[in-house]
Amino acid sequence: MSLDEIKIGGMGASRRRVEDNRFIRGKGKYVDDVVLPGMLHMEILRSTVAHANIKSIDTSAAWEVPGVRLVLTGEMMAARNLAWMPTLSYDTQAVLATDKIRFQGQEIAAVIADDPYIAKDACAKIVVEYEQLPAITNPFMAQDPAMPIIRDDKENQPTNKIFDWEIGDKERTDQAFAEADVISTIDLHYPRSHPSPMENCGSIADYDRATGKLTVYMTSQAPHIVRAAVAMVAEIPEHQIRIISPDLGGGFGNKVPIYPGYVISILASILTERPVKWIEDKTGNLISTGFGRDVYLNGQMALRKDGKILGMRMHTISDHGAFYADAQPTKFKIGLMHSTFACYDVPAAHLTSEGYYTTKAPGGVAYRCSFRVTEAMFFQERMMHAAANDLGMDQAAFRRVNLVKDDMFPYRTAFGFLTDSGQYDKCMQVGMEAIGYDNFKAEQEEARKRGKLLGIGISTMTEPLGAGNSREYDIIGIKMFDSAELRVHMTGKAILRTGAKTQGQGHETTWAQIVAHELGIPADDIVVEEGDTDTAPFGMGTYASRSTPVAGAAVAMVARKIRAKARKIAAHLLEVSEEDIEWELGRFYVRGNQERGVTIQDCALAAYSNIPDGLEPGLENNAYYDPPNLTWPFAAYFCKVEVDAETGVWDVLQFVAVDDCGVRINPMIVEGQVMGGLTEAYAMANMQYITFDEEGNCIGANYMDYLLPTAWETPGFELHEVVTPCPHHPIGAKGIGECATVAGPAAFVNAVMNAIEHTGVRNVDMPLMPNRVYEALQTGKDVSGMPPVKVG
Amino acid sequence: MSSLYDVIPPAAGADVPVRRITVEVNGESRTMDVEPRLLLVHMLRQGLELTGTHSGCDTTSCGACTVLVDGRPVKSCTMFAVMADGKKVETVEGMGTASELHPVQEGFKQEHGLQCGFCTPGMMLASKALLERNPNPTEDEVRWALSGNLCRCTGYQNIVKSVLWAAEKMRNDQPQEA
Ligand code: FES
Ligand code: FES
Repeated sequence: MSLDEIKIGGMGASRRRVEDNRFIRGKGKYVDDVVLPGMLHMEILRSTVAHANIKSIDTSAAWEVPGVRLVLTGEMMAARNLAWMPTLSYDTQAVLATDKIRFQGQEIAAVIADDPYIAKDACAKIVVEYEQLPAITNPFMAQDPAMPIIRDDKENQPTNKIFDWEIGDKERTDQAFAEADVISTIDLHYPRSHPSPMENCGSIADYDRATGKLTVYMTSQAPHIVRAAVAMVAEIPEHQIRIISPDLGGGFGNKVPIYPGYVISILASILTERPVKWIEDKTGNLISTGFGRDVYLNGQMALRKDGKILGMRMHTISDHGAFYADAQPTKFKIGLMHSTFACYDVPAAHLTSEGYYTTKAPGGVAYRCSFRVTEAMFFQERMMHAAANDLGMDQAAFRRVNLVKDDMFPYRTAFGFLTDSGQYDKCMQVGMEAIGYDNFKAEQEEARKRGKLLGIGISTMTEPLGAGNSREYDIIGIKMFDSAELRVHMTGKAILRTGAKTQGQGHETTWAQIVAHELGIPADDIVVEEGDTDTAPFGMGTYASRSTPVAGAAVAMVARKIRAKARKIAAHLLEVSEEDIEWELGRFYVRGNQERGVTIQDCALAAYSNIPDGLEPGLENNAYYDPPNLTWPFAAYFCKVEVDAETGVWDVLQFVAVDDCGVRINPMIVEGQVMGGLTEAYAMANMQYITFDEEGNCIGANYMDYLLPTAWETPGFELHEVVTPCPHHPIGAKGIGECATVAGPAAFVNAVMNAIEHTGVRNVDMPLMPNRVYEALQTGKDVSGMPPVKVG
Repeated sequence: MSSLYDVIPPAAGADVPVRRITVEVNGESRTMDVEPRLLLVHMLRQGLELTGTHSGCDTTSCGACTVLVDGRPVKSCTMFAVMADGKKVETVEGMGTASELHPVQEGFKQEHGLQCGFCTPGMMLASKALLERNPNPTEDEVRWALSGNLCRCTGYQNIVKSVLWAAEKMRNDQPQEA
C-alpha cells in the first residue's frame, strides 16, 4: 500500500534534473541574460602593471566619447567612502585604486555607457601614469627586507607578512620524532590555480530612488552574505537590499567573494539612477578574481620501522596576493589545513603557517575545496607516498596499516577534529580489486622490459565537509548554519526555498527528493527556489560542499515539522488520538487498521479547509539547521598511468574512484559531481597553471595560456561506492561536491612518480607538464615549482 | 517579424557606420542594421534576445557561443554579424520546439550531460553538427568533435554518453529502408 519511493522521485532515485528542462532549451537565466529597461553598461579599466604608485589618471577623453554617462575613479569612490571594502578575512581591499596599484589587473576606473562597446572604447581612452615599483611575485621575495611594503595603506604593517599561525602539540610531536626509526621529508609547491567557471562574474545594480530599494542581480554563491556586506559598505538598510543570484554558470568557490565590480556597479546605478550591468570578460576573471592554492608545503613524518606513523610536522608558506581575501572561517588563518592526516591514526602532529602579501591578485578561495583542504590532502598523500618509499613498504599496505579502523570511531585527530564514521579499509579493498592492484608490480616490470614506463598512484583521504557547526565556523562573524522554508499548498503541491545556492549541483532536483522522502509528496509536485534574498530564508550559501550537509539537513528538518503538524490534522480527520496514528510514506493510518488512513495531500487540503480546533491553519514552516559536526566522506582513488620516456607526456590508463559519501540522494548527480571533480583534479595535476613573470605579469590570463582539459584529453573514470551513513545527519548524507578535486591530484601525481622514481626522483611539482617530467627523467633530480631565486 | 529597428538600440553618435544585413535565424528571416564590428554572438544575444547562446571567453577558446552557420559549428564570438549576411544561423532556441525536443537535447537530459548548463547550448549544437555528418560516431569521434568546447562541470564523460544516446535515438527514428 505504501508508495514506491523511487517512483515518486524520493531518496536514491536517479531522478532526471528539473533544471535541465530550461537549460537544454536555452532558457536558463544567467546574469548576462537579464535585461532591465534603460539599462547602462559598465566596463572596468584594469592596471597593466603589477606594482606602481599612481601618478595621475586622466579620464577627460573618456568623458568625450558619445554615449558615455559616467566615468568613475578611486577618488570619486573615496568621496563616498567606497574606495575600500572589507574582505572575508578581516582585511581591506581596494575597490578602485586611489594611491597605488598592487597587482596586475587591479581595478582603476570604470566607464558607464549606453552599450558595452562604447564603454570599452572609452576605457581605452583613459590615461594612467604609473611610477613603477618592483613586483613581488612570491612569498620569499615578500620576506626580503629590501622589498617595498605592499600594504603601505595599513597601519601596523611594517613587513609583508600577514600572519603566523600554529596548531597542534609541538612537544609531543618533537618527542615522536625523537623516537622515530625513520624520518621522511617532503617539499612541495601547490601552484596557483583558478576555479575558472565557464561564466564570468557580473552584476546588474538597480537602485530605485523612489522606493530607496537596491536590487542587484549577481553571480554569487552566497547572496545573503553579500546582502549583509552591502548593507555595511554602502550604508543602505538591509531590508532595502535585494540580492538575486539567478542561474550560475558554475562557481567552484570563485563566486563567493565580493568583487570591486559589484560595488562599483551599485554606486554607478545610484549616481546614474539607471540599472547598470557589469559583465567581466575572461581575462578579467582570470587575472583579478579569487584564485585557489599558491602554497609552499613542507613537512616531515616520524615512522617506526614496521610502518606505523608516530607523528607529523608541517609548515606552510602561503601567497595571498595583495589583499588577504581568503573566504574562510574566522578562527583559522590557513583554512582547514589542519585537517591533514585526518584519515590516519597519527598520535602527534604540529602545523605552523605563515602568510604573505605579494603583488598578485587576491583570493585564496576554496576552489572546489573546503578551505585549504585540497592542499592539506595533497600534502598528506604525497607525504604518505614518500614515506612508504623511504620505508621500502608497499603503498597500499602502508596506508592500510595507518588508516583509522572502523571500530575506532568516533576518532579524535591529533589536530582536534572528530571524525565519526567510515569503512576505510573496505574502500581500499574495493579500489584495489577494481584496478588489479595485486598484479600491477608484475605488469610494471613486464612493461619496463618493453621500454614502457607504467606507474600506479593511490590517494586516500577523509575531509571535513559542511561547515558549521556554528560554535567553530563563521564567515565574517556570521555563523555557518543554513535554512529551509517549505510551504505545502492546499492541493498537496509545495514550494521549497533554502539559503543555499545551486551553481550546477542540481538543488532544484535533489531538495525535492528529500521532501519526497520525508513526506511522500512526489518530487515533481515540489518546486525549489534559491538565490533571492527577498524570498529565500537566510543562509550562508553554497561552497565547501556544505549544501547537502547543512541546507539539505534543514530541508529534511522542515519537512519533519510539516509532517508533525499533518499528523495532528490526520488524527482530526480520522477521529482518533494522535498517539494512535502511524506513518508510512505519504500516508497516516490508524494503528491496527492500515486500511483506514489519509494521505499527506488529504492533510494539506484539510489544513486550509477543515482545521481542527486549536490548530493554526495552513501547512508551512521553516527550519534553521546548525550541524553538530562536519561530515566526513572518504575517498580512495587509484590511478594507473603510462609515461612516455621520450617526451615526458603521460596518459591515464585507468582511474578507479571509490567514494563513500554516506547515503546518496540522487546517485546520478553524485556521480556527475565526482566525474567533474576528477576532471578538475586531472587539470591541476597536468596543465592548469597560473604563474607570473619577473615584472608581475600574469601568465595564464586567457585560455590559450591557462589550459583547461577538453573532452579529448580528459580520461575516463570508473566509479565505485561504499555507503557509511553519517551518524548525525538527518538523512545520513555527507558532502561530495569536492572530494574528487581534493583527493584526485595526488593520485595522478603519485602514479606518475611511481613510473619515474626508479631514476631517483622524489618529487615533480604540479602541474606535471611534459617538460617537467622529461627533465626529471633525464636528470633523475626533483623538479620544483619553487621560484628560482630564494631571497632573504 | 522582419525589422529589428526597435530591438537594436540606436547607435550612439550619428557618425557610427551601420550596415543592413539579412540573416535567417532559426528559420526566420531577420533584417537589421548593425555596426560592422558587432560580433555575431552579441547580435544574437542583445539584438535578437536569443540569450541561449552564451559568451564565455570572447576569444574563440571555450565554445560556449557555438552556433551553426549554414549547418557548420561556428564560434559566434569570432564572427562579425555582417559576415552572417545572407546565411542561415541556428541557435539552441531553434533546435527543437517547446514541446518537441531534438534527440540531442533529450540525450543531454537523459544522460546527465549538463550541470550548470552554461556550456550546454554550444555543446549540443556541436553535437548536432557531428551527428548530421556522422550518424554513428565512436566515443573518440565524439570527443574529438567536441574538443573545441570546454565544460567545467561534467568532466565530459556524460556529455559523450549523451551524444551517443542521441545518435542511437536518431538512427532508430530513421525510417528503415525497405
Ligand atoms: S565565447 Fe566564443 S569561444 Fe568562448
Ligand atoms: S555544465 Fe557547466 S560548464 Fe558545462
